[in-house]
Amino acid sequence: MPVPILKQGSILIACIQPGLSDHQLLLLKDKLSGEVERSRAEGVVIDVSAIDVMDSFATRTLRSISQTTRLRGARTVVVGIQPDVAFAMIQLGLTMEDVSTALDLEEAVAMLTAGRVTRRGRD
Amino acid sequence: MTEEDIHVAIDRDVDVVSAREKGRELASRQGFSGTDLTLIATAISEVARNIVVYAGHGELVIGPARKGNRCGITILARDQGPGIPDIDKAMQDGFSTGKSLGLGLPGARRMMDEFEIESAVGAGTTITMRKWVR
Ligand SMILES: Nc1ncnc2c1ncn2[C@@H]1O[C@H](COP(=O)(O)OP(=O)(O)OP(=O)(O)O)[C@@H](O)[C@H]1O
Ligand SMILES: [Mg+2]
Repeated sequence: MPVPILKQGSILIACIQPGLSDHQLLLLKDKLSGEVERSRAEGVVIDVSAIDVMDSFATRTLRSISQTTRLRGARTVVVGIQPDVAFAMIQLGLTMEDVSTALDLEEAVAMLTAGRVTRRGRD
Repeated sequence: MTEEDIHVAIDRDVDVVSAREKGRELASRQGFSGTDLTLIATAISEVARNIVVYAGHGELVIGPARKGNRCGITILARDQGPGIPDIDKAMQDGFSTGKSLGLGLPGARRMMDEFEIESAVGAGTTITMRKWVR
């Protein structure tokens, strides 16, 4: 059950299905950094709205995806953390730290597109 | 514990997923809903993953809990791994020997109503957690 990665313009979108194992999450991390490189993507959206458990490992992996893609010049936005999941994360003491989050896909794409405009301005 | 107990062998990462799915199902049958189901599944995920990472093999026993007319869930996580030398330290936020976040054990304790941990170096670790339907 690999996570499909879609491409929309210069943005990569990955939808995480429920029941993903640690190994599959690490595969997604490798696949995403490869795709960012190959397709010169400027942004990555990770949709977690179907996820019912965001534990310490999953959070750490998402943070690490965000850090890795940033080193390759792309920004990551995590989308759709469910209210119950957010509550459990707070109880655990987990934070997304410097990972951007958005409520839905449109907001995420808007955030990344806005980022692109600034970056172009600097070129 | 009773014959309704579910035993889940924990040997690798996919077992962590099936343990929390089975736990969520049983919790739902006990009358838990919404946020509590997520808290229970997340706590199971943390203790099960600790077994995979630190002990290699172990077992979860998940069953209904009763106290008077109260319903709940009991989760027992046990392994014969290396054990934990300093439990007080392991229960602190941010303590990790695995270069991780060190939030699994203290977080699981916050998510459940009752949390007991017994561990002996060289003999293994047993965690018993309980949560009651509100
Ligand atoms: N079943 C176990 N057997 C042996 N040692 C354990 C076990 N569970 C936890 N530990 C020890 O207790 C420490 C704290 O565990 P805890 O789950 O809180 O944090 P972590 O696993 O290091 O990080 P995180 O859970 O945030 O990814 C671990 O680093 C490990 O040293
Ligand atoms: Mg842990």
